[in-house]
Amino acid sequence: MFDFAIIIESLPEFARGTLLSLELMALSLLAGFVVALPLAVARSSSILWLSRSVGMYTYLFRGTPMLIQLLLIYYGLSQFQWMQDGWESGNPVLLLFREPFFCAWLAFALNTTAYTTEIFAGVFKNTPVGEIEAGRAMGMTHFTLLRRIVIPAGLGRAIPTYSNEVILMLQGSAIASAVTLVDLTGAARYVYSRHFAPFEAFITAGIIYMLLTFCLVGIFRMAENHWLGHLRPRTSPDKQR
Amino acid sequence: MNELVEYFPAILQGSLVTVKVALLSVLLAILLGLAGAASRLSASRWLRFPAVAYTTLIRGMPDLVLMLLVFYGGQVVVNNIADRYAVEPFDLDPFVAGVSTIGFIFGAYFTETFRGAFMAVPAGQMEAGRAYGMNRWQVFHRILFPQMLRHALPGIGNNWQVLLKSTAIVSMIGLTDMTLLADQAGRTTHQPFIFYSVVAGIYLLFTAASGWGINRLERRYSVGVRHARL
Repeated sequence: MFDFAIIIESLPEFARGTLLSLELMALSLLAGFVVALPLAVARSSSILWLSRSVGMYTYLFRGTPMLIQLLLIYYGLSQFQWMQDGWESGNPVLLLFREPFFCAWLAFALNTTAYTTEIFAGVFKNTPVGEIEAGRAMGMTHFTLLRRIVIPAGLGRAIPTYSNEVILMLQGSAIASAVTLVDLTGAARYVYSRHFAPFEAFITAGIIYMLLTFCLVGIFRMAENHWLGHLRPRTSPDKQR
Repeated sequence: MNELVEYFPAILQGSLVTVKVALLSVLLAILLGLAGAASRLSASRWLRFPAVAYTTLIRGMPDLVLMLLVFYGGQVVVNNIADRYAVEPFDLDPFVAGVSTIGFIFGAYFTETFRGAFMAVPAGQMEAGRAYGMNRWQVFHRILFPQMLRHALPGIGNNWQVLLKSTAIVSMIGLTDMTLLADQAGRTTHQPFIFYSVVAGIYLLFTAASGWGINRLERRYSVGVRHARL
């Protein structure tokens, strides 16, 4: 029932799909990280309107399915006349919205930015009071305080939660095939429809996703050991020997 | 605007399908989660191993891949069995496939939630119950379970919110939930943005309402717990 010849024959498809999935994930996470940092500072600030307006954005994107956000951007925006006019006149920015890759990237990036902002804002708000007081006592400005204390210490403490978000992003990217992209799931759907072999197609994809997940877990474990080593539970002295 | 009025009842109908999928799968997931937590905490290695394998495998792959596997793979299994016994094969129902897959996936997450919650109940509580002469079942349903639920509630709430949003992918195996109906309405009226926005709004309503409900439950179950104020 399980035909390995189909899998071997389709390995190039799976490899291309895996690359596309990884590319989408990496680019979305990169954008998410860069944008989430200032947003998280705003979200954790005591200026109410600033914190609230960022909170509004994260609420909207965390409260709706990422699939809907993707469909809204890729299929939804084409409804507007200005978008179609832009396509006809060759507006380079608006033309991007015809590209499924760009739309998937945008939807994933907006989504992960919302989650990452809340993760970072949470750890920033939990900075020990003494550390902030110490910084103020040294005469640091607000910006220096953020740059030297709040952000570096907070990012370290965010690693365990952020690693979860990265894994969710990898798995969430599976919906890219809804906008005609041939990512890893898309490759599996293609193999399924060509050979009518659901087990070979989807189990192979599932195993590749699992391997990628384990790799990510391993990388983050190393990162935790590196940056959070001082927070590890202390082992008894005889174990250390 | 007329189109919106025309298709809105259908999308509301579809939102009922979404709610049904979510409620049935969360029920299945909670049952699987309790069974999984029980076997993970059991003293027997033969019971522990399958539960560890279950949670590790399921959490390692996307829900969509598993759903496609269950839906298309399940159909092949049905066809083969029907072939062997020379009966007419039936078509696998996307509703059943969707509910069972989502329930099965979130069962793995609930297993971890319940396992942590069971472990958070101090052993002294159970010992006290035994010392009062309660039998194992009485200790379980009077002491262990209610206290476990308090520790599990934040996790349950979180899992529920994620589950609710992942119901949108059942549209990708052809179940006519509100996402698929919005898709169809958007195509016929050439106004996809309007209809997807309506669905996004309904999801937002669902998550906001459940957030409120979970909050109330948590308050109710933490009656008698002292909170330190900073």
